[in-house]
Amino acid sequence: MRPENYQAVRLPSSNEYEIFIGPNHPGIEGNYAFKLRLDGDEVISGKADAGYLHRGFEKLMEGRLWIQNLAIVPRICVPDPVPMEVVYSLSVEAISDIEVPERGQWIRVLQMELSRVASHLFTFGGHAATTGMYTPSYWGVADRDLALDLFEELTGGRVYHIYNIPGGVRRDIPDGFLDRLGHYLDYLESRQNDYDNLLFTNQVFVKRARGIGVINKEQALEWGVTGPNLRACGLPFDVRRDDPYLIYDQLDFDIPLQDAGDALARILVRRDELFQSVRILRQIIKHLPSVKGPVRAPIPNPLAWNVPAGESYSRVESSKGELAYYTVSDGGPKPYRVHVRGPSSMHAVQVLENVAVGARIEDVAQIMFSLDACPPEVDR
Amino acid sequence: MKKIKYEDIGSILNPLKNLQFFARKPITEDLEPRPAAKIYRGFHLNDMEKCIGCSTCQKICDNAAITMVKVPHLKEDPVNGIKNLRPAIDYGRCCWCALCVDICPTGAIELSREYVHVCDGDEVDSYFILPQEKGIHGTEQEKGWTKTASNDLLARTRTDMGEMTPEARGDNFKEIVDGYTDEQAILEASRCVQCGMCHDSCPTHMHAPEYIRAIWKGNVEEAVEWMYETNPFSHVCGRVCTHRCETACSLNQTGLPQGSEPIAIRWLKRYAMDAVPHERIKEIVARKKSQEKTGKTIAIIGAGPAGLTAAFDLVKRGHDVQVFEALPKGGGMTRYGIPYYRLPDDSLERDIDVIQSMGVKIEYNTRIGEQISMAQLHTDYDAVVLAIGLQSGRSTRIPGSEHKDTRSAVELLRLIGNHDGDEAGFDIPRTAVVIGGGNVAMDIARSLARYQKQRFNQVEIIVTAIDELEKFPADKEEIKESLEEGITIIPSRGPQQVMIENDQIKGLKTWHVESVFDSDGRFAPQYDDSDEQIYPAEMVIEAIGQMAETELLGNTLTEQLEWERGRIKVAQDGSTSAPWLWSAGDCVNGPDVVHAVADGHRVAESIHACLTGNKVSDGKLNDE
Repeated sequence: MRPENYQAVRLPSSNEYEIFIGPNHPGIEGNYAFKLRLDGDEVISGKADAGYLHRGFEKLMEGRLWIQNLAIVPRICVPDPVPMEVVYSLSVEAISDIEVPERGQWIRVLQMELSRVASHLFTFGGHAATTGMYTPSYWGVADRDLALDLFEELTGGRVYHIYNIPGGVRRDIPDGFLDRLGHYLDYLESRQNDYDNLLFTNQVFVKRARGIGVINKEQALEWGVTGPNLRACGLPFDVRRDDPYLIYDQLDFDIPLQDAGDALARILVRRDELFQSVRILRQIIKHLPSVKGPVRAPIPNPLAWNVPAGESYSRVESSKGELAYYTVSDGGPKPYRVHVRGPSSMHAVQVLENVAVGARIEDVAQIMFSLDACPPEVDR
Repeated sequence: MKKIKYEDIGSILNPLKNLQFFARKPITEDLEPRPAAKIYRGFHLNDMEKCIGCSTCQKICDNAAITMVKVPHLKEDPVNGIKNLRPAIDYGRCCWCALCVDICPTGAIELSREYVHVCDGDEVDSYFILPQEKGIHGTEQEKGWTKTASNDLLARTRTDMGEMTPEARGDNFKEIVDGYTDEQAILEASRCVQCGMCHDSCPTHMHAPEYIRAIWKGNVEEAVEWMYETNPFSHVCGRVCTHRCETACSLNQTGLPQGSEPIAIRWLKRYAMDAVPHERIKEIVARKKSQEKTGKTIAIIGAGPAGLTAAFDLVKRGHDVQVFEALPKGGGMTRYGIPYYRLPDDSLERDIDVIQSMGVKIEYNTRIGEQISMAQLHTDYDAVVLAIGLQSGRSTRIPGSEHKDTRSAVELLRLIGNHDGDEAGFDIPRTAVVIGGGNVAMDIARSLARYQKQRFNQVEIIVTAIDELEKFPADKEEIKESLEEGITIIPSRGPQQVMIENDQIKGLKTWHVESVFDSDGRFAPQYDDSDEQIYPAEMVIEAIGQMAETELLGNTLTEQLEWERGRIKVAQDGSTSAPWLWSAGDCVNGPDVVHAVADGHRVAESIHACLTGNKVSDGKLNDE
């Protein structure tokens, strides 16, 4: 029953209204909300609303032994967990002056590239699905699953590999693994035409993706865009080539570029990158058997391991962009501070809030997925 | 790779090309479950026999998913480092990282290749798996992630310590080992997993995990403080302790392919004691001394480890303690039984000095029973402790063993201990045979070898015992180092006769030993007299055991006390059947420094309780 003194609130007449996308929706690989203000179909402004996957990774890491954090870091980006493990290990190694044996470095690069392949396949499917095309998403996930089979064989875990450790990797590759990896790469190449026909040169998709969510060069630099999103704007920066780590300087690969800076350019960069990763993996298959020696340098007893006081900033090129860990040790058994500089917080917050303006509502999900952000990494 | 241009909009027919998939055979996944990868990280398997209950898995677990649960029917064996704790896993917390597998000191815990876990118990039981008879999840499961040399997280090899080469040490009594440097000690201490097996196995329950952790943190003073909680003979034990802690150490594993050496707990103790200045140690120890006097007086006979430990504890608690020592210096068997190259005198002096600095008074060259009678002590003091050790050697009683050149090892070691390193106090024989396979036999053989090397530049010493070499009671290190120093060891020989010609010893006749014990396990050696050998020797030394000299007690007291196989019978707390008399150390428990220290604490506890009226000795004797 209305109270007697009830008076309806009268708002000025307007075409604007607010809509809440998420936290569960097809535009992103996790729980992430986006508040939109719309005028009819057109976005007037957007506000990122993160935090649904906040588990306090950075803070948790300060309370755990150096080695225990290995189990937590892959959870910061589920579709592409390997760079998280590698860059954490690299940062600890940098502070404590541990040198990874060459074979360990090659195996790390093998995983990084296989993880990039798996992550991009996932993104193809997700991006296609936001335009209403579901077959590529089934393909992407099915083909990614074959990579996960390889990860299971290599690391004992399908998604959370927890395979890298300060000093190297936990075990050597199993017998015959490189052959099976080779077969998988053959299979991927054989699928290229199918993907091209159904997705990359499909008018239905191309016309939807072209000119959507455009970032120009200046904006890209101002907003801290990295990775495939940056290279889709015509800026050729890749940590693997410009600040080489592990054994990337011994590998031969190209940096795919596009100029348009829109959703189509971004997915085309990822398509080309996937096949550059295949090229890198072929080199590893050829070269790895000739690299002998241990896969891991010894580390002190993890229960009594004081990493020397110091700090390090280690970065790698993940499938999403530049991923870096700023790690500080006060000389104790646990990190004093670990800061995750992930690509996703830039892409999913400042970039998305800006490029969504002016877009039509049906393209918002596509813009989000084309930026390929990882919500737990925003929330870390 | 085919290039796609951004401008390429593609043919409208492109997607239709995929209609070909209608003509392809559909891919049907087989519903049969495929096996997981060979190193899949499935559920936990724990070999209950291999598991020692050290809790290391619990410590590494990043999610607190592991709880150690007591399994009462499993054996608890502190001496060999086995607790009856076993891991229970909470699968609501486990993240399958397998760090527990990688760190397990024994390799007992492993992961299976299962994808799914089915349990017919109720909800809680199906996620929290208690230790079960055949491992956590049964033993039938195929193994997935296991321990290999590559993923083993523990440092299995001991940090090397500098020591003298056999050539350099062969002709002098300098201490053989150099001791750890700061870096070496911290590195060695960092290997410890803090399981506490060492603490449980130590007779005096030294706080080894705590002092190892303190050394690792670089805080040697804290380490010393922990040591003095339980052992005022830490300099001595840091050098010559029988280190049961190292036998019990979780890292002392023989079953692993990569090998595993225990933490050098004894050497870490030595390091910490040497790293803190002597005067500072006195200050640290003095903090624990009671400020109040009880007015009770206690006499202790014998200034060895047992007597001085009891004195230390009692003085700490405010009693007045007077120690009587028959010999000119303190330390008992640690001084007069252990050669300098294992225990330099100044280390022992420092331990005794700390004890004296607490207010313990020691009267040397005072033999009870001669200068002062037991009855007098009984009258003058509230309590008396008998800590006289085992001062005389046992004899084989074979023909010729009564000859003047058939000597007992303890007697010779006492003579050596009375002199400085270059003088022995007796004539050094050119050739000698030592009978016995224990540490005392090795001590006398190695001391003699040093004198022989100095005098004659050659070593001619044979050590022979009835045991097989593997069953020699001596430490393995002692045997190894004896051999390095040129001593010959001949196991499985039974001494039969000391050969004497013209009143000079010419050698020792021995027979081969076929068996040492009879079918009931009693000592009854069987010899093969057809295999007879005579080892040439100018001196035969018997090192087959020691016994106490109890004449000091006098006839009345000897009759009043209860005895068991030549030793005074005591209760658990060290009290004898005379309510004012306690007994401790080697004369009760047999020869061992750290046992003597433990015994010292025990009687001090009992005396303190009696004198302060908290407990009256019930006179009930230990029937063991």
